[in-house]
Amino acid sequence: MEATPAAIEATGAATPSVVRLPPAQAVIGGITLARWRQLAIIACVIVALVIPFVVKNFFIFQLTLALVYALAILGLNLLTGFNGQFSLGHSAFYAIGAYTAAIMMDHWDVAYYWTLPVAGVVCLISGFLFGLPALRLEGIYLALATFALAIAAPQILKFSPLEHWTGGVQGIVVIKPDAPFGLPLSSDQWIYFFTLAVAAVLYVCAVNLVNSRTGRAMKAIRDNAIAAGAMGVNVSLYKSLTFGVSALYTGIAGALGAVVAGFVAPDSFTFTLSIQLFVGLVVGGVGSIPGTLFGGLFALFAPNVAESVSKGLAGAVYGVILILVIYVMPSGAAGLVRLIVSKLARSAR
Amino acid sequence: MTPLLRVANVGVRFGGIVALERVSFDLEAGQMLGLIGPNGAGKTTLFNCLSRLYTPVEGDILFEGASILDKAPHRMVEIGIGRTFQNLALFARMSVLDNVRVGGHHVARSDFFSDALHLPWVRRQDHALDEIAWELIDYLDLHAVAHRSVADLPFGLQKRVELARALAVKPKLLLLDEPAGGLNHVEVDGLGRLIRRIRDERNVTVLLVEHHMNLVMSVCDRVVALDFGRKIADGTPAEVQRNPDVIAAYLGTAA
Ligand SMILES: Nc1ncnc2c1ncn2[C@@H]1O[C@H](COP(=O)(O)OP(=O)(O)OP(=O)(O)O)[C@@H](O)[C@H]1O
Ligand SMILES: [Mg+2]
Repeated sequence: MEATPAAIEATGAATPSVVRLPPAQAVIGGITLARWRQLAIIACVIVALVIPFVVKNFFIFQLTLALVYALAILGLNLLTGFNGQFSLGHSAFYAIGAYTAAIMMDHWDVAYYWTLPVAGVVCLISGFLFGLPALRLEGIYLALATFALAIAAPQILKFSPLEHWTGGVQGIVVIKPDAPFGLPLSSDQWIYFFTLAVAAVLYVCAVNLVNSRTGRAMKAIRDNAIAAGAMGVNVSLYKSLTFGVSALYTGIAGALGAVVAGFVAPDSFTFTLSIQLFVGLVVGGVGSIPGTLFGGLFALFAPNVAESVSKGLAGAVYGVILILVIYVMPSGAAGLVRLIVSKLARSAR
Repeated sequence: MTPLLRVANVGVRFGGIVALERVSFDLEAGQMLGLIGPNGAGKTTLFNCLSRLYTPVEGDILFEGASILDKAPHRMVEIGIGRTFQNLALFARMSVLDNVRVGGHHVARSDFFSDALHLPWVRRQDHALDEIAWELIDYLDLHAVAHRSVADLPFGLQKRVELARALAVKPKLLLLDEPAGGLNHVEVDGLGRLIRRIRDERNVTVLLVEHHMNLVMSVCDRVVALDFGRKIADGTPAEVQRNPDVIAAYLGTAA
C-alpha cells in the first residue's frame, strides 16, 4: 500500500521498525488468559465429540437443535452486536432457509447438504434486499419494520396459491438422513456431527470476520456511523451487506433446522421464534461470539426446564428464569465470564 | 497554481437560520489556516460541508481544482480530507488500535467473503494496515493504551486517539475542530507543538477551528474570521486580531 512508505518518509525513519506491544495478558493460576481460552476451546471440542456417545438419542436431537439455534443467534448477533442494527424478524430468515431446504429436498430430491449453500445464498439476497430500505430506519423503528416481517412470514407460508410449494398449513415432511459410508452412527448422531461441522466452519468464519477490516467497519458503524463515514466506510453498503450476511447465517441455521426436525410448518416460524432468538442473544451476551452457544442452549432448554417445573405455569416459570438470569448476568453469559476473569486476575496479582 | 482547497460563495441554511452566507476563501497547500468566530458563527457547519455531511444550497467547494459536491461522504478520505470532531466521535467500544486502524480503512481492499476466510492476500493487507496504525500510535505516544477500550480513557488521551485516527487517513488536508477544547494549559501548549510537528513532518495542510486565541495566533499562518455565517476578516493573525469587526464580534458575544 502506498500509504506506508509515505508515512515512513514523513517521519524520516529508515525502517518501519515500530514497537508493537501485544495486549497485556491477565494471568490466572500461572496460566495466561490466551492459554485458558485455548484450553476451554479444546475442552468444548472434546465434550462436543464425546457427548453423542453417552447420551440418549432424544437428548442428542435436542443438542443438535440447540446448536442450530446458536447458529441462528450468531447471525442475529452479527447484525445487532457487531453492527448495531435491531431485528425482530429473524424468524422470517430462519423460515426462508428452512423452506428452501425442505422444498429442494421434497420437490427435487436434492441431497440435504446441498440445500445449505442454496438456503444461505437465498437468505443473503433476501437479507440484503430487506436491508436496503431498512437503511432509513434506526433503532426501534427498524425493530418495528423487522417485526412486520416476522408477522408476515407464517401467513405467506400458509397462503393457498403457494400451497403447491409450501404444503400450506401442513408444511413439508423431510426424510431424515442416515449416516453415509456405512458409519456406525444413528441418524440422530450423524445429523448432530453434520450440524457440528457446519457450525464449526461458520463460527470460525464469524470470528475471522469480526476481527477483520470488514468487522472493524461494522463495529465502527455500530459505535458512530457519522464518524465511520468520515473515515471512509461506506456506511449504507456495509449495513445492508451485514443484514445479508446475518440473514445468511440464520438461513443456514433454518435449513439445518429443517433437516434436524424432519419437517417444516408455518407455525414453527412465528414471531415467538424471533423472540426466542432475541432472548438467546441477550442471555448469551450481545456482541459475544462464544456467548451465542450459551444463547442457543438457553433458547432450547429454558422453556423445557420451565415446563418440567410446572406444566400449567410453564410461561410464568420461564419468565422467572429469565428475570433471574438477567439479574445475575446483566450483560449476558459472556459478561459474567469477563467479570469472573477480571476478578480472578486481580486477586491473583 | 490551483489552491489545495477553494471555498467559493458557500451558503448553508437550516430552516430560517442562515448558518453560512457566501463564504469564500482559498487554502494553499502547506498552509496552516485558522478559522475563528464566536459560538454559532458557522465554523463546524463549514467543516461538515467539507466532509460532505451537509450540502451547501449555493456555492462550490473545490479540492485540488475538482468539486467535491458530487461525491459521497465516505469518498472524502480517498481524495485526501481527514478530520476530527468538535465533540469527539470515537468508536467507544473499540480499542485505541482498532480506532486508528479504521482511519486506514480506505488504503486496503477486502470484503465480507475474503475477510471471513482470512485469505492470504487479506493477511498481507492487514499487515500493511497495522504498520500504519502502529506508526501513528508511536508518533502520538499511545503505546501504553493501544489495546484499551477508548471509552476507558481520559478526555485528553481520547483527543489524541482521534488525531491518530484522522492521520491514519493520510490526509492532504486535515480539519481540526477545536482540538484544544477541554484541555488544560499545559496540554494546549503541547498540542500547539504537536500540530506544528504534524504539518512539518507529515506534509499536511491544516484547517484549524479554535476558540483558544493564543493557540491560533501561535500556530496559524493565516486566519479567517466568521460571524453569523459571514466572513468578516481574512489575513495574518496579527491583522485579524486588530480588525475592528472581529473585535466587535467577540465583544458582542461577550456582552
Ligand atoms: N444540523 C443543524 N440543524 C439546525 N441548525 C444547525 C445545525 N447545525 C448547525 N446549526 C446552526 O447553524 C449555526 C452555526 O452552527 P455551527 O455549529 O456551525 O457553529 P460553530 O461556529 O461551530 O459554533 P461553536 O463555536 O459553538 O462550535 C448555529 O446557529 C447552529 O444552531
Ligand atoms: Mg463548532
